[in-house]
Amino acid sequence: MEKPLTQHINSLSIPLTLKEYQKVGGYAGVNKALKEMTPGEVTDMVKASNLLGRGGAGFPTGTKWSLVPMDENQGPKYLVCNADEMEPGTFKDRYLLEGNPHQLIAGMIIAAYAIQAGTAYIFLRWAYKKAETILRDAIAEAYEAGLLGKNILGTGFDLEMNIHSSAGRYICGEETALLNSLEGKRATPRTKPPFPAISGLFGRPTVVNNVETLSWISHIVENGTDWFKGLSLTETGGTKLFGVSGKVKRPGLWELPLGTTIREILEEHAGGMLEGHGFRGLLPGGASTDFLIEEHLDIEMDFQTVAKAGSRMGTGTMIILDDKTCPVAFLHNIERFFALESCGFCTPCREGLPWVEKILLAIESGNGRMEHLDILRFQTKYMAPGNTFCAHAPGAAEPLQSGLNYFHDDFVSHINLKKCPWKS
Amino acid sequence: MLSEEEKKEILKEVKQYPYPSAACIDALKIVQTHRGWVSDEAVKDIAQFLDISNEDVDGVATFYSRIYRKPVGRNVILLCDGVSCMILGYETIYEHISKKLHISYGQTTPDNRYTLLPISCLGDCDHAPSMMINNDHYNHLTIEIADNIIDNYK
Repeated sequence: MEKPLTQHINSLSIPLTLKEYQKVGGYAGVNKALKEMTPGEVTDMVKASNLLGRGGAGFPTGTKWSLVPMDENQGPKYLVCNADEMEPGTFKDRYLLEGNPHQLIAGMIIAAYAIQAGTAYIFLRWAYKKAETILRDAIAEAYEAGLLGKNILGTGFDLEMNIHSSAGRYICGEETALLNSLEGKRATPRTKPPFPAISGLFGRPTVVNNVETLSWISHIVENGTDWFKGLSLTETGGTKLFGVSGKVKRPGLWELPLGTTIREILEEHAGGMLEGHGFRGLLPGGASTDFLIEEHLDIEMDFQTVAKAGSRMGTGTMIILDDKTCPVAFLHNIERFFALESCGFCTPCREGLPWVEKILLAIESGNGRMEHLDILRFQTKYMAPGNTFCAHAPGAAEPLQSGLNYFHDDFVSHINLKKCPWKS
Repeated sequence: MLSEEEKKEILKEVKQYPYPSAACIDALKIVQTHRGWVSDEAVKDIAQFLDISNEDVDGVATFYSRIYRKPVGRNVILLCDGVSCMILGYETIYEHISKKLHISYGQTTPDNRYTLLPISCLGDCDHAPSMMINNDHYNHLTIEIADNIIDNYK
């Protein structure tokens, strides 16, 4: 089985140098794109590959690029790599950033060429210190080798690449909030439209793509769309980094074909539940996705199939809820996070999330009342898409609404016993 | 007053952007690296240096979790309270650290040696529980391991 994204990442995560990466074929896609293809041809190829964004939303990457105006002499355009990984339970971008920075840089050069951007930024999560050092070294190597800067590989294409290390807020992962943050402002999301492809960073056309998405680009250009589609077990092309955390035997991260079943990931790769722990449910793609339970274990991990089961594949990194962990405490932890990370701009999010958090704490600490469950259900509707300015509160509502359904009896027993049954 | 070194470092960041105000967050981080935190005076100095209003700089400084508007200890302990770390028991580690240092979240020891803060999530969920002290990352924590690591920060 091919594992293009992780094949050159070793267990110690010591990344290949530029020269080492070139020896195993790295940057071949850059050569091909810049020397043999027009920007439009690159975009068309990525579009035809059906590469869906790996940051969580699954938006078609080529379509995003094709929205960028391509008239000549119209001023600066930007490419931004979203490396602000902060979704609780998600640790895939860190692995790619620390493990193979040149794969990302190569992808970014090609992406920037496709939209004819002259400047690229990597918006890096503050906490990823090791990744920052590795990326700075790798970018310096690329400049020295003439792969960044003026007249790349003698093709006349110029690209400057910068790293912005953030100052820590989950909302920076929302692409328009990220753009405000890159402009030195508070990271509050912007109204869409205009979409960033038309008016993004500094008011200029901008494409924002996730680390895992951009890491694919060079491989697709080099090996073609049929190859990319063939890697997957479903219609969506490619492999995906899937992760598992929680009380399993071998928590970790694996590159597997899209369409691998949850059961295979959980039982074969993660080794199943830890001795003495039973499975109760899982969040398939980070904290902002709906719970799936036992009956869903045989569904395939892909954007469409997980959506059909009532959740989202999100980042593809699962959090497992076991029977020794209280589901109310689990949800309280998640909602506390979302309440804390709300940017405070719109009311349902700013007011609703702390309300939800307080109620969950009350139930968990034995002060819950039955009407609290109605308030929580009301809040999940109040925070639904269309009522809020961005996807933050709707994301927070996802595990809550499904948790209220699947773990209803646990909520009720907290209220009846006036304490958490998991606490002695 | 910004020091010459701070100014030099800020100007280097300014070069990455089309206009100086975009370097606001970088400037706040640079000042914090040199002084440990960002005082009212530093906010004003940055505002003047980048030609932004004091209020805008303060709005930015107070928005981001990793800009400290109050003094912190020499070592900042950031214990991950994300959901995966919760499942793996960060709470018992918190209780231990809190008892050991006689501080809770948001507090600094009287000798100014440690500040304890929560953080979520450190992106190390398959090695939970994890924490950062200053710029160093630690995972697979137990009470004993966390205890030993903390002692190493003077």
